[in-house]
Amino acid sequence: MVAALKAGDQRAFTEMVERYSAVVYNLALRLMNDPQEAEEVLQETFISAYRGLGNFEGRSRLGTWLYRIAYNAALMRLRRRELPTTSIDEPLLNEDGEALPRQLVDWGIRPDQNVLNDELRRVLDAAVATLPPTLRSVFVLRDIEGLSTAETAEALGLTETNVKVRLHRARLALRERLTSYFATH
Amino acid sequence: MHCKNLLGSLSEYVDGELDPALCAEIERHLAECEDCRIMVDTLRKTIILYRMAGHRPVPEEVKARLYAVLQLGTAP
Repeated sequence: MVAALKAGDQRAFTEMVERYSAVVYNLALRLMNDPQEAEEVLQETFISAYRGLGNFEGRSRLGTWLYRIAYNAALMRLRRRELPTTSIDEPLLNEDGEALPRQLVDWGIRPDQNVLNDELRRVLDAAVATLPPTLRSVFVLRDIEGLSTAETAEALGLTETNVKVRLHRARLALRERLTSYFATH
Repeated sequence: MHCKNLLGSLSEYVDGELDPALCAEIERHLAECEDCRIMVDTLRKTIILYRMAGHRPVPEEVKARLYAVLQLGTAP
């Protein structure tokens, strides 16, 4: 596919868009928390990819190359917003920088489709939105989009150890927020 | 193993990425510690919920506009 893309094959480019646009969109949506800006990042990503294909040397996978373009585009927009990028409610950290659990309450639910009503979906979305972008991006790619640790590291320019640490912190923070919700529902 | 020591390894444990010896140590601890059992259970449920509900399909109109901007014809 890469050779066809570099040769300007439109069918190959369409296939690339078809294959990777969903993950690009989801990453953009979760980083921007704004559907309009997410769409702009989506378009910007594939326009940049189209222009940059000549320079793509295949050292990384095509998908992770695209996700990196999307991530950088989203970050530039976030910086331009000049809004605080840290979560208002930072988790307490132990000496290893890990979030200490504040709440240890069993949820008493089975996570199946019956549990997923609109309210819970809104709670899930709101919780992810509170994560700092550095944790949110890892969580989105690993746990929502199902990329491997290696793919996530490549996409975000991190080591695999970084990915694991950030994923763990993201999960603990989200668990804490969801515990508050399930304690009252 | 103390609860604090276990916390840092929890994600790798639920992902099945810990070496067997450490895994066994954690499981011995979990057998005796309800707080840590709750941690593991709620962590697993957190991950499952997001895997079930986190992904959004690209809206049709967004895809159509993307295809238009890229001059790719009609989106499939």
